[in-house]
Amino acid sequence: MDLLHSVTADQLRTDLPQFKAGDTLAVHQRVVEGDKERIQVFQGACIKRSGGGANETFTVRKISNGIGVEKIFPLHSPRIAKIDVKRRGKVRRAKLYYLRERKGKMARIKDL
Amino acid sequence: MAGILGKKIGMSQVFDADGVVIPVTVIKAGPCVVTQVKKADSDGYDAVQLGYGQVKEKRVNNPLKGHYKKANVTPQRHLKEFDFSDLENVKPGDEIKVDIFEENTTVKISGLSKGKGFQGVMKRHGFSGAQKTHGQSDRWRAPGSIGHSSDPSRVFKGKKMAGRTGFERITIKNVQIVKVDSENNLLLVKGSVPGARNSLLEIRKS
Repeated sequence: MDLLHSVTADQLRTDLPQFKAGDTLAVHQRVVEGDKERIQVFQGACIKRSGGGANETFTVRKISNGIGVEKIFPLHSPRIAKIDVKRRGKVRRAKLYYLRERKGKMARIKDL
Repeated sequence: MAGILGKKIGMSQVFDADGVVIPVTVIKAGPCVVTQVKKADSDGYDAVQLGYGQVKEKRVNNPLKGHYKKANVTPQRHLKEFDFSDLENVKPGDEIKVDIFEENTTVKISGLSKGKGFQGVMKRHGFSGAQKTHGQSDRWRAPGSIGHSSDPSRVFKGKKMAGRTGFERITIKNVQIVKVDSENNLLLVKGSVPGARNSLLEIRKS
């Protein structure tokens, strides 16, 4: 297994902040349209981190125009320009799937 | 044409220049040594026999010991034959390394698939099974009719039925090489390859 990790070791990013499920993130994503590149920001609650090593991903959930939207980002993707941790949340689970069934005030996460 | 022997290490993923995730299989390929060069006029066909992996000398029987001594190489765990286009430049004792491959080219990969044991027709041959409702019972995964009646009074040979599944030689063509790491003898190819981790793979130029 060590050989497998050494292959992807140079892919791992060390410039990202520490965060976990419950934190509110603003993910700055590089979007390429034709030959132009711009930054798109997706802000919401991180509801899970999954996988390990180069395969690690995290899911960000937000309510967009009344509809819940979730985006799954590969953590070490070069397309992620920056991750801002806006708030640290106090949660008692690693995977916040229960937020999917909640709306409005019920879906709030307490600050740490 | 050329080839090399390798060992499957496992799967992972890498990002390409655009930031797109590519699923890769990591293969420890070579270094292999040439143990014999077969020529059409002496052996009936052209081939290069490659050896891969170390084995203790006391585990090798005497006929093979002589074979290795003739090529002046240490005992090898695996021996396989490959087609090489330029037989003239290959001689016994030569080392074949992973740098014979180039990135963004395609190869053929052969290996023994994982054994699945005795399996029914749905898993083994992709049958669709039977209805789960409309009065059916105990028939969901059944093969259905396996033939006709009194004429021909037998089941035809080759009829697809349940049985031992997997553990057979599988070749995948047009496998793309993502990265060649000749320093560590590693090969990264796109997608999956047959077999379990640590199983032997034959990698051929296509």
